[in-house]
Amino acid sequence: MKEEVKLMKGNEAIAHAAIRYGCDGYFGYPITPQSEVLETLEALMPWETTGMTVLQAESEVAAINMVYGGAASGKAVMTSSSSPGISLKQEGISYMAGAELPALILNVMRGGPGLGTIQPSQADYFQATKGGGHGDYHLIVLAPASVQEMVDFVALGFDLSFKYRTPAMILADGIVGQMMEKVVLPEQRPRRSEEEIRRQCPWAANGRKGMRTRNVVTSLELESSKMEEINNRLQERYRAISDNETRWEELDTEGADYLIVAFGSMARICAKAKDIAKEKGIKVGIVRPITLWPFPAEAIRKAAEGKKGILCVELNAGQMIEDVRLSIHDAIPVKHFGRLGGIIPSPQEVVEALENNFIK
Amino acid sequence: MTEEIIIAGFGGQGVLSMGKILAYSGLMDNKEVTWMPSYGPEQRGGTANVTVIISDERISSPVLDTYDIVVALNQQSLDKFSPRVKPGGILMYDTNGIHKHPSRTDVKLIPINAMEASFELGNSKAYNMVVMGALLEAMPYKLPMENVMKGLKKSIPERHHHLLPLNEQAIEKGRSLI
Repeated sequence: MKEEVKLMKGNEAIAHAAIRYGCDGYFGYPITPQSEVLETLEALMPWETTGMTVLQAESEVAAINMVYGGAASGKAVMTSSSSPGISLKQEGISYMAGAELPALILNVMRGGPGLGTIQPSQADYFQATKGGGHGDYHLIVLAPASVQEMVDFVALGFDLSFKYRTPAMILADGIVGQMMEKVVLPEQRPRRSEEEIRRQCPWAANGRKGMRTRNVVTSLELESSKMEEINNRLQERYRAISDNETRWEELDTEGADYLIVAFGSMARICAKAKDIAKEKGIKVGIVRPITLWPFPAEAIRKAAEGKKGILCVELNAGQMIEDVRLSIHDAIPVKHFGRLGGIIPSPQEVVEALENNFIK
Repeated sequence: MTEEIIIAGFGGQGVLSMGKILAYSGLMDNKEVTWMPSYGPEQRGGTANVTVIISDERISSPVLDTYDIVVALNQQSLDKFSPRVKPGGILMYDTNGIHKHPSRTDVKLIPINAMEASFELGNSKAYNMVVMGALLEAMPYKLPMENVMKGLKKSIPERHHHLLPLNEQAIEKGRSLI
């Protein structure tokens, strides 16, 4: 398949991107607002073209453990779900982080807590960036703001997770999952051969063929001194990820009086709010963290210099704001604006929040 | 050029698919496009709406306060969205079942009777394409019909491609209402 321009939903785009990346397997269980990922994969039937496995598991827990198994053999495997389903997957995610396994996990967030609503939300920021499961670990967390980024982050997420041997998460929301936009789908990449997997993943438990010692993939280590070593190795890796893989986008931050920090679809709504504010003579710049972990703390600190205040706009009750405040050591006032339970604020509401917090 | 459009009506009227065909037509005309639906239970009854933005430039928010064009296909949608047409914008509505007409004087009001027009065509299922024809005719941005047909072809599954001429006819019928 050649590069192609299409109009599609974010969820459909994920499915196309996974196949074109050369993904080996998808294991999932349907839940709104991301069921189109599995639906599209089933409709495209990649097992007949690239040989990719697509399986609807009996539950989210089964799906994430199938991902663990596939990843342990060096395959590029993924799962997707929405908030309540991602909670169910947390044990498996922590085990994969502990066992140093690469994998891609998509969360198309909906409003919680509990079963909550099927409407969009960004309330899983803490869960995605601060752990979610137990133990000292981090996921590489990518926050797409467009359907094109849904496509691009499949390749980026897989590449980073293999490079650093840690699971990566695409943290999207119902808006990005459900809206349709123009996308450029990349050219089809072949799936890696067993030989290539052997070269790329010498740690994989994929049959030793008498060539090497046994590979054991586990997160269990009962000897504390060894477990500390493993933890230190993970922490060293997380530092390397922070140093090399922090990503963000800035819009009109130079010369602005105020800063908005927002991620995912909210950053798009804020970009419109920025234009409305400009017409009113209020100069606003936007920093959009693309990696939520590692968080672009240094970029925000620099962008905040000389500003009068920061408005942190999130579809939650104030989660990323904690990282923003840490980034700037509370040097200037940082305020939160968000809507909860699946309500999406309009650009005008964002402008009013800015005025109410800093100007009136 | 940027057209910010919302199409709103009952679930099942073809609101979302009309939006998709419109967005695909814009894409075929080399524009940036965004299609943002109301999703979930309202698709199975109740009101449904879709925001379509077509622009020469990168599109920021898929969620809007006000619109250049509102197309309202029932009374609830008309009541909800008529205050949100930008001054100088277009408010198009189907008069079928409307008992309270809009009173705004700062926008261009375009009442149509697409239901009747689709009955005249002998196919009430072509209703949404009649509405789209009227919208295409009324919209300041003139989308070439050639690209609309390309968008239509891309939007509907191949097994339904024998219905393309009927859809084209319905779009032309809609144009004639303006």
